[in-house]
Amino acid sequence: MEQKTKVHAEDGKQDLTITRQFDLPIDLVFKAYVEPEIVEQWMGTKVLKLENKKHGCYQFQTTDPKGNKYRFNGTIHEFEPNQKIIRTFEFENTPFGVQLEVLVFEKINDDTSKLNIHVIYESVEQRDQVLKMPFTQGINMAHNRLQEIVSNLKDHSINHPAAK
Amino acid sequence: MNLRRDVFQAIADPTRRAILVLVASQSMTAGAIASNFDTARPTVSKHLQILTECELLQQEQNGREIYYNLNPKKMKEIADFIEPFRKMWDDRFNKLETIMKKNKRK
Repeated sequence: MEQKTKVHAEDGKQDLTITRQFDLPIDLVFKAYVEPEIVEQWMGTKVLKLENKKHGCYQFQTTDPKGNKYRFNGTIHEFEPNQKIIRTFEFENTPFGVQLEVLVFEKINDDTSKLNIHVIYESVEQRDQVLKMPFTQGINMAHNRLQEIVSNLKDHSINHPAAK
Repeated sequence: MNLRRDVFQAIADPTRRAILVLVASQSMTAGAIASNFDTARPTVSKHLQILTECELLQQEQNGREIYYNLNPKKMKEIADFIEPFRKMWDDRFNKLETIMKKNKRK
C-alpha cells in the first residue's frame, strides 16, 4: 500500500518536503490549520495565539507529564485561504534555529485534497538534527506515556484537572 | 550519533552512491569497481575506504583478492532514519483527518 504521508529529504540539503493526501475537501484541511480548537486537537498542543493573516503570529505550547512547558512560535508571511500559508517556525530555547514553511493546499476533487509542505532550515546540520529528533523523542514519549498513566492513577482520587 | 552523520556524508557523494549501486548486485574487487568510472584509481580507492569505514561496504578476502559487497543492515539504517519523522507527521495527519471527517458530518 502506498503511504499517505511522504517525506522527501535529499542528502546534504537544508530542506525537505512533507506531502499528504487527505480524504477531505480542501476547505476542511485548511480549517484544521486555522481554527485554534482544531489545531489543539490534532497537533496535541495548546494554542496561545494564532493570528491568521499576513504579519500575524502564532504561539503554541505543549506540556509534558512532568509539567515542563515547551513553546513554539512563528510569524505568518502569507495567508491565502484554501491555498497557501507561508510562515516561520521556531522551537523556543532550542538550538534548532528558525525554519521557513511553505504550505500549499491543493484540491484534487471535491472530497480529496493534497497538502504539500516545503520546510527550509538554516543549515544542513539543523535539518538533520530536526529529522533525528523523533528518534530520541520516541524513547522519551514512551517513557512519558508510562508516567502519564501512573500519575493519572495517582491523581484520580484528588480529582486533579488534567493538564493539556 | 556521529557515526550516523558519517553515513550520510558518505552517501552524499554521487560517485559513492554509484559504487553502492554497483556492488548491490554482486561482490566486486576494487579494480573491477574502478573500471566503471573515469575517475583516477586512487580516488575510487578513497571512496571505497570511506564507504568501508562507515560500514556501508564490507570487505571479503578471497584468495589474493579483496572483494567489496554491500552491508544491507547499514543500508536499512539509512532508510529507517527518516521513518520516525514521517511516522510522527503521519500520526498527526491521521488525527486531523479523523477530526475533520467528524466535523464534516455535523
